[in-house]
Amino acid sequence: MRREIPLVITFVVGVVFVISYFIPHYPFNEFESWFTDWFSIVGAFAIWLGALNLMKISTLKIVKQKKDWPFSALTIVSFLIIVIFGFYGGKGFRDPGTTFDWLYVYVYTALSSTMFALLAFFVASASYRAFRARNFEATLLLVAAFFVMLGRVPVGDMITGFLPLEYQMSHWANWVMNILNTAGQRAIMIGIALGLVSTSLRVILGLERSYLGGD
Amino acid sequence: MTKQAILAGVILVVLLSAGAFGQDRPEAVVDSSNLTGAILPAPVTNIEAKNHKYDDGERIDLFWEKSVDDPDNIFGYKVYRIDKDGASELVRELLPGTTEYFDEEVENDVPYQYIVAVVGEAGEAPSEMTPEVMAAWEFFNFSKLNILILGFIVCGSVLFFISSAKSGKKLFIRKIGGLEALEEAVGRATEMGRPILFIPGILDLDDVQTLAAITILGKVSRVIADYDSKILMPVSRSLVMTSARETIKESYMSAGRPDGYNDNMVQYITDEQFGYVAAVNGIMVREKPATCLYLGAFFAESLILAETGNSIGAIQIAGTARPGQLPFFVAACDYTLIGEELFAASAYLSGDPKQLGSLKGQDIGKIVAMSAIILGTLAMTFASAWELGFMQSLLDILNSIFVTN
Repeated sequence: MRREIPLVITFVVGVVFVISYFIPHYPFNEFESWFTDWFSIVGAFAIWLGALNLMKISTLKIVKQKKDWPFSALTIVSFLIIVIFGFYGGKGFRDPGTTFDWLYVYVYTALSSTMFALLAFFVASASYRAFRARNFEATLLLVAAFFVMLGRVPVGDMITGFLPLEYQMSHWANWVMNILNTAGQRAIMIGIALGLVSTSLRVILGLERSYLGGD
Repeated sequence: MTKQAILAGVILVVLLSAGAFGQDRPEAVVDSSNLTGAILPAPVTNIEAKNHKYDDGERIDLFWEKSVDDPDNIFGYKVYRIDKDGASELVRELLPGTTEYFDEEVENDVPYQYIVAVVGEAGEAPSEMTPEVMAAWEFFNFSKLNILILGFIVCGSVLFFISSAKSGKKLFIRKIGGLEALEEAVGRATEMGRPILFIPGILDLDDVQTLAAITILGKVSRVIADYDSKILMPVSRSLVMTSARETIKESYMSAGRPDGYNDNMVQYITDEQFGYVAAVNGIMVREKPATCLYLGAFFAESLILAETGNSIGAIQIAGTARPGQLPFFVAACDYTLIGEELFAASAYLSGDPKQLGSLKGQDIGKIVAMSAIILGTLAMTFASAWELGFMQSLLDILNSIFVTN
């Protein structure tokens, strides 16, 4: 029964979602929104599991004085601060001017932006490796990237300004992006769509059940 | 004399326009209280009200061609709904430049008529009244019939190949480099005495990519259990945490090593994208895993994770169905499962004929797609270069089959 009930639930929910896509009326649309709500409810309860797990693992690290335990202490302190100010703020805890809002805007958002900004440096290091002309394919990539990057900045068109408009660098950059790149992307998208259908079918029919634990 | 002539002309135009529309227009529609000598704007033309197809009978779509005085000499448009008793109601005021309105405050199977009035300095210039239209309920969404047929073809071929695989027919599946390297990657981590990091993306269990990642986790954790290696799995969703724990526990049990399993192998971090990335980067730098697996749905964090993994010298295998992130993984990882390979991984690793049959079924879908692309390209080329009518017809047919609404 531990296996059969989840499989039956998966089958029913999957079939209802497929039917409601083609027949968006009662009762299928009702069932669809009902199942979506249930997923949200289960997910909301599961957040407690996650939070407790985070606290448990961090506390154990501190108690056992494991390597790098101060990071765990910082995690617990940060978690408690944001939770306490969240509850203290009541229903309007996210309103502008509240302590929670201050923490969100001036601490969380700033830290998130810092992490995101790292991307600029990582793009540079990854590009350096990707664009090394080690073989024919990598050289092709390098040449295409050269044209695209040059075509995306004004200096590209300045260099080729003496040519007719349709032969200037920005035109070539657009051609690479709109023709070659789009063709490749579409091939990948078609494969993804077919893979999605096939995987969904396996899951709905219960052929694929390792997500329930085991084969 | 000239002023008097203009004034007389204006009054004549106002009277004529009022008279022309007066018979089939409710009085409330026309507001002539602002007659300051200005001329009424030209009304909208070709007004059309249609039942919105394939909904619950809750919407009427209204389209028109804008007034020739739009935008310089008008303030906007007013949409009036007239019910079967002739009572009119102002349902919406719209800005200049608007040419459509979707009325979602109508009752099912009740006839309505509409007037769109152009509002100018001199008042409102109403359009003709539309014929009666009803918001009707249609059971099946026929605009998606093409998707249904294509879905039947793909699903039917998947089921056909599953049944033929069950009957013992040998199926050829090409080798996938990234999946062939999985065991080698786990073995390397075991030899080095360092853990394996598994990241299942940052979306929840309702995303198929996450499901695919969890199914691959089942196979990977079985190898890890066999090799007595160590797995680290920080996750950003609580439901993924519970599912991953069950999967890893089952793998350790099936490997005959239930004592090797520990709940702390899977650790919830946070739902927040960059908070999660910061934590995972910290784990990478401190624990220095020998193998990093990024399988699932990734966004901006893909390159941050993969470059950090690269900097610690880990062997990296990534897989995602998000085309925008694939170049980052290709640049930073040793192996990348591109799109469909992520979904194929579970079946590929299981070696189960039924699941392998489902992969073969996808090929029929690819044949259909490739045929359509070749035919469409030829039809478009011939139709535009030599204006061949039957090629244009072929193109229209292909469009009606493959273009979704």
